[in-house]
Amino acid sequence: MNSAAIMVRGLNVFYQQYQALHHIDIDIESNKVTALIGPSGCGKSTFLRSLNRLNELIEGTRTEGQVVIDGVDIYAEDTDVVKLRKQVGIVFQKPSAFPMSIYDNVAYGPRIHGVNKRMVLDEIVEKSLKQANLWEEVKDRLHASALRLSGGQQQRLVIARVLSVNPAIILMDEPASALDPISASKLEDLIAELKTTYTIVIVTHNMQQAARVSDATAFFLNGHLIEYQPTEKLFVHPRDKRTEDYITGRFG
Amino acid sequence: MKETLIEKLLFFSALVSILAIILIIIFICSQGIPLVARVGIKNFLFSTTWDPANGQFGIATMLVGSLLVTIGALIWGVPLGMALSIFLAEIASPRVAGIMTSMVELLAGIPSVVYGFFGLAVIVPFIREYIGGPGFSALAGAIILGIMILPTIVNIACDAIKAVPREYTEGSLALGATRWQTISRIVLPAARSGIIAAIVLGMGRAIGETMAVVMVTGNVTRIPGSIVEPVRTMTSNVVLEMGYASGDHQLALFATGMVLFIFIVILNLVVTASLKAGE
Ligand SMILES: Nc1ncnc2c1ncn2[C@@H]1O[C@H](COP(=O)(O)OP(=O)(O)OP(=O)(O)O)[C@@H](O)[C@H]1O
Ligand SMILES: [Mg+2]
Repeated sequence: MNSAAIMVRGLNVFYQQYQALHHIDIDIESNKVTALIGPSGCGKSTFLRSLNRLNELIEGTRTEGQVVIDGVDIYAEDTDVVKLRKQVGIVFQKPSAFPMSIYDNVAYGPRIHGVNKRMVLDEIVEKSLKQANLWEEVKDRLHASALRLSGGQQQRLVIARVLSVNPAIILMDEPASALDPISASKLEDLIAELKTTYTIVIVTHNMQQAARVSDATAFFLNGHLIEYQPTEKLFVHPRDKRTEDYITGRFG
Repeated sequence: MKETLIEKLLFFSALVSILAIILIIIFICSQGIPLVARVGIKNFLFSTTWDPANGQFGIATMLVGSLLVTIGALIWGVPLGMALSIFLAEIASPRVAGIMTSMVELLAGIPSVVYGFFGLAVIVPFIREYIGGPGFSALAGAIILGIMILPTIVNIACDAIKAVPREYTEGSLALGATRWQTISRIVLPAARSGIIAAIVLGMGRAIGETMAVVMVTGNVTRIPGSIVEPVRTMTSNVVLEMGYASGDHQLALFATGMVLFIFIVILNLVVTASLKAGE
């Protein structure tokens, strides 16, 4: 496990008094897809958002423990949150392109980080859209509003937006759940391509999807990490009775 | 049976309010239009001589007065209102935001005569003392109106900013944008149409305000040489002379009201158009 991209130790997250995550220890490997599964409300999103410190945008949250990325504890006092979030991108469930052109959506990240040269931006936009498998569909209308894209296209646009700032890790919170089956399968193909370059952590409610796209799977229940195994093992020979119950659909 | 009765009642009340508005419009126009026709529209709008005793009805000085006071109010009321809205919607903790919001709402509840009195007692002497002129001035009106339009601007702009989907804000912050970058590049553009509506409605409030303005602007029918000189607005003109006017003079006041009304209608059309464009 020396290739851990993210090392989590003793992570507790609280919303006001309510403890949403209990002492999570996990090593997430680089250039792999790690799936997070578990019933609704078990803390998957909370965990995901703790990896780039998005939880702290919500009033009254508190985090304890360590999350080590690239050798540094991201919750240390002197952590540069801007740099961290550049390094760890996130894609949410609801496809939400910004209300601006396709081009400006992708150029947004580089621009806020100080890239202004038209030529450089053009290059980044093209490269990111190509990586997100969206270039062919939009190259003739880069300056049209992004809100006119379909849900699946918007989701890939959001991924291009994340890729534009050169992250090492991409977090995805149920990225396919609002998409039709064809868009969803395109997204899965994309994830498979991206993992050669990026470390991906994906939350999904869809067991087949988890089994298809991921290398390792973590099962959460009531804020606890119950089981974490290579995906085939977890789905074929779960160690814990609760995992088995969940993946066979006996609860959740 | 009961349903249809309620429906009819509601329909009837809607009808009554629409009828009332139409009647007011017809009344004002029926009084105003003949006079404007007689004086000539160009003369009425662009002549600077308002001398009812000698049949001279030019409202140019008041058009200038209204615009000056209103624009002055916007120049400082809009930035202040926007800053306050951004602070309340994006930055303040819920507790602070709650307290400040109720204070802004309180501002809306203060009668305009009280604003006027404040202007008379504080702002007018201050201008006379430290800036110059008689104190009664376009500037005094603009300062008072700038405060009075704050609640209108803040209420609407704040709602517009809060209505920006959380996904936009989080998406931007998650890319490593700072709070301020997120506000200026994502939130404000996304709330643009609501913000325009807030400004235009604030403008409508300013242009239509009467009491406070009468009390602090000096009400002289002359084109002012500077903002510290007195002005008379269209609203002031109506309220100051309505008591004793008769004949053509009275009609000319209705015509002034008509011009004011047209201004407000245009502003409302701008709001509707900008809200539509935002959809
Ligand atoms: N902003 C919040 N304030 C208070 N409690 C919250 C907040 N967000 C989440 N929670 C609580 O924390 C727990 C974990 O929530 P979380 O969103 O992480 O679950 P999840 O596993 O992602 O669920 P789902 O599958 O429905 O998305 C839940 O019990 C939820 O009610
Ligand atoms: Mg969730």
